[in-house]
Amino acid sequence: MVNTLKNKVEREIPAEFLETRKGFESTEIGNPEIQRTAPQVRVSTGDDKVVDSIEDIVKKLVKDGMTISFHHHLREGDFIFNKVMDAIISLGIKDLTLAPSSLTNTMNDKVVEAIKAGTITNITSSGMRGSLGEAVSHGLLKNPVIFRSHGNRARSIENGEIKIDVAFLGVPNADRLGNANGMTGDAAFGSLGYALMDANYANKVVLLTDNLVDYPNTPASIKQTQVDYVVKVDQVGDPDRIGTGATRFTKNPKDLKIAKMVNDVIVHSPYFKQGFSFQTGSGGAALAVARFLRQSMIDSDIKASFALGGITKPIVDLLEEGLVNKVMDVQDFDKGAASSMKNNKNQQEIDASWYADPENKGAMVDQLDVAILSALEIDTDFNVNVMTGSNGVIRGAIGGHQDAATAKMTIISAPLTRGRIATVVPKVSTVVTPGSSIDVLVTEVGIAVNPKRQDLIDAFKQVPGLPLVSIEELQQRAEKIVGKPQPLEYTDRTVALVTYRDGSLIDVIKQVKD
Amino acid sequence: MEIKQTALAGTLESSDIQITLSQGSNGIQIELDSSVEALYGPQIKQVITTTLQAAGIDNTQVKAVDKGALDCVIKARTLAAAQRALGTVDEPNWEVL
Repeated sequence: MVNTLKNKVEREIPAEFLETRKGFESTEIGNPEIQRTAPQVRVSTGDDKVVDSIEDIVKKLVKDGMTISFHHHLREGDFIFNKVMDAIISLGIKDLTLAPSSLTNTMNDKVVEAIKAGTITNITSSGMRGSLGEAVSHGLLKNPVIFRSHGNRARSIENGEIKIDVAFLGVPNADRLGNANGMTGDAAFGSLGYALMDANYANKVVLLTDNLVDYPNTPASIKQTQVDYVVKVDQVGDPDRIGTGATRFTKNPKDLKIAKMVNDVIVHSPYFKQGFSFQTGSGGAALAVARFLRQSMIDSDIKASFALGGITKPIVDLLEEGLVNKVMDVQDFDKGAASSMKNNKNQQEIDASWYADPENKGAMVDQLDVAILSALEIDTDFNVNVMTGSNGVIRGAIGGHQDAATAKMTIISAPLTRGRIATVVPKVSTVVTPGSSIDVLVTEVGIAVNPKRQDLIDAFKQVPGLPLVSIEELQQRAEKIVGKPQPLEYTDRTVALVTYRDGSLIDVIKQVKD
Repeated sequence: MEIKQTALAGTLESSDIQITLSQGSNGIQIELDSSVEALYGPQIKQVITTTLQAAGIDNTQVKAVDKGALDCVIKARTLAAAQRALGTVDEPNWEVL
């Protein structure tokens, strides 16, 4: 039997992992004094930075045992990751720690190959999916993966928990000294938010671009003072897969009903007032919320001070209509949002630290009124899982979930069931975001408010037509439809650690039984 | 009752189940392929078995491809396949329904 200790969300954490980390206790960060680290600097006048070959630069910079990083702003259109990893694998480099901002599906097979080759022996990421999630859940990687939220990654880079030796950052434009932004070029993706951390803290920063522009390149999100080398490549990414075109407005009646109910919750909450702020995700229902919210804001003559987070076209539309004063943009989910940044001075690029770092002199999420988030599962304690699927296999990412959930009112919008899988369950398979930071659950059959928010319950009770129910009722209703599933079977072996935004252990993920 | 012909009911759409019945001589043999097998495998087999027995079928080979169907759907598809296999589509056994 593995020796375990229970943390504050009643999860059994193997004692071996509690030697260097503490178990999750509270969402409160307090006012600790934090020491940040600084990168090494290789001094240069800047005239020697342009390089033609990925192989040469990898050979020069990457050594056994190092930590390397990438960003995921190129999403499913990324060509950089696989090219660089190919070079690293073929050079026979071993024991690397992979510390990207996240891993997209297009990287999966290459990571699996690199693990099998012994090239990668440790991973920290926001999440993973597909063949990589399957492989890790079946025990391919010896050391457990460490999952960190975007805010926690920023925090860990700043305090030196993650010490990046070499960052490989794909950019859609750069000059010969490394001034670069994400806004123009064939592979434009908008905000460089997550990559700015790597540019600021990695010992060696390598930009890869297919678009070498005249010096000096402005606006410079990444600056020449941060960059060691600029590698010219044929193509940074596939524009059609970096961001999808216009995101379509969902026609799914269930999504629309949930979105309408989410909007009702927002509008009847004490936070819907002049100058409020909000963050929405990128799913169908979340986008529909933006539409309903727009109409409510017009009807009540209310404007938002800012919209935060991953940005979509419907959010930019609100900015352009004057309904939102500022868009604070850490990444762009679609082409509309990505291409508008260069034209909208009020669409401000923010780095992951500014966005969500809990150990900061104030992060944007700390100022957030309303967050609308999704869930794979939510349990009757309001704990949310966005990481493991119904079969226990890793297939998700923390993203900014834990970070945005610190909003004054965090709403989870989710269907009661998905096919035969219940969303509202007695116990989530993996706790990612603690129930203490979740305030409201909206499903198509009813709205459950966290009992600790009596103020919201009182406010919503006044509203005719808001179907308030207890979360236990929702759970039972879901179970009545889909039945009672058998418990999943796991081995004793831990394949991943799920950390809370302050670095504490909120849960562990076990290897699934075959 | 005897299976007269191999018969199929249902689709491969999400939340549906496709049931194929063919002749067998060794009880009710179920080959299940389900997206929720780890969670509901035994439950799905149980519903198929009970439904077939109620329709009077004791010997058959069942192939079930499940895409997360609810029990009511599994029962309906199994029954439809059973009636087609038995050639009793025009004279449904109302008591089983």
